[in-house]
Amino acid sequence: MKRTGLFIPLGVFLLIIIIGYAGFSLTDPHQLPSALLGKAFPEFTVPLLGDSGTHVDRSALLGKPVLVNVWATWCPTCKAEHDELMRINALSELRIVGVNYKDDERLALKWLADYGDPYDFTMQDLDGSLGVELGVYGAPESFLLNAEGTVIYKRVGEINRRIWEQEIAPRLAALVASEPVQPGG
Amino acid sequence: MILVGTATWAAAPVDTYSFRDAQEESRYRALIDEFRCPKCLNTNLSGSDAPIAMDLRRKVYRLLTDDHLSDDEIRTYLQERYGDFVLYDPPFKPATWALWLAPVGFVFISGFVLLRVLRQSPAEPLSESETERLRIILDDN
Repeated sequence: MKRTGLFIPLGVFLLIIIIGYAGFSLTDPHQLPSALLGKAFPEFTVPLLGDSGTHVDRSALLGKPVLVNVWATWCPTCKAEHDELMRINALSELRIVGVNYKDDERLALKWLADYGDPYDFTMQDLDGSLGVELGVYGAPESFLLNAEGTVIYKRVGEINRRIWEQEIAPRLAALVASEPVQPGG
Repeated sequence: MILVGTATWAAAPVDTYSFRDAQEESRYRALIDEFRCPKCLNTNLSGSDAPIAMDLRRKVYRLLTDDHLSDDEIRTYLQERYGDFVLYDPPFKPATWALWLAPVGFVFISGFVLLRVLRQSPAEPLSESETERLRIILDDN
């Protein structure tokens, strides 16, 4: 009986190792869980990039699934992500809408002219106030919405081929399968 | 706590906001000290130079001075957008049960161990021959 007591420190040690492993490696502390998941995309009204006379609001995102992508020309990861967005736009039916986040309009328009424009339209968020509504804390961030404008999935960081294939495409397929077929769609 | 305190006086970026009165200003200061910057993991809003912290300070300022929200309404506003993360004080809910209850558990476990140790029967008294041997050993020295 006395002997078994000797193993208690070993057990405690192993417990610390397991908790430490789970705490430090399984979750990335930079990936905050989005408070918006499963909730309605917030109301907003913002001008369009390159056409500040025209304003769009939340209703512009409804009707079918949409990927809202927050980007800026000052964000290097956004450049890395851009090619993948172009690829997704070419291969899938998914509508992509841009949020140009705290950026210079001239640089942003040049970026789209130079590297291609995967966006259905791009909204302009000059002072980051739409970003605050969305809980954005760094670009790029992306939100997948269903046809009713509910946030299904959020990605902080770049969308690459792995994220598309493992995270977004399956969710999109599930959304499309559950939506009623729209004429001409 | 030491880290947070250090960051507060080390960085302490200055925004030039004007307030209606000293009370409003002190509420503002207390709020930005309370919230955690979403980008920087272990700094509060007041202590961070990150652009997002600047935006959130401005948002807190506007909610306070233009929209006249109460402190609790401002907390809810930020929590609804940035999650529990921005509150250094995590709410009690299923995901945080372990966090909140662990200290209570540790108190119970240590109490149990302490009781076991105290209740252990005292050592048996020495027999006569043992007492004699002990006396001889002690006398030798």
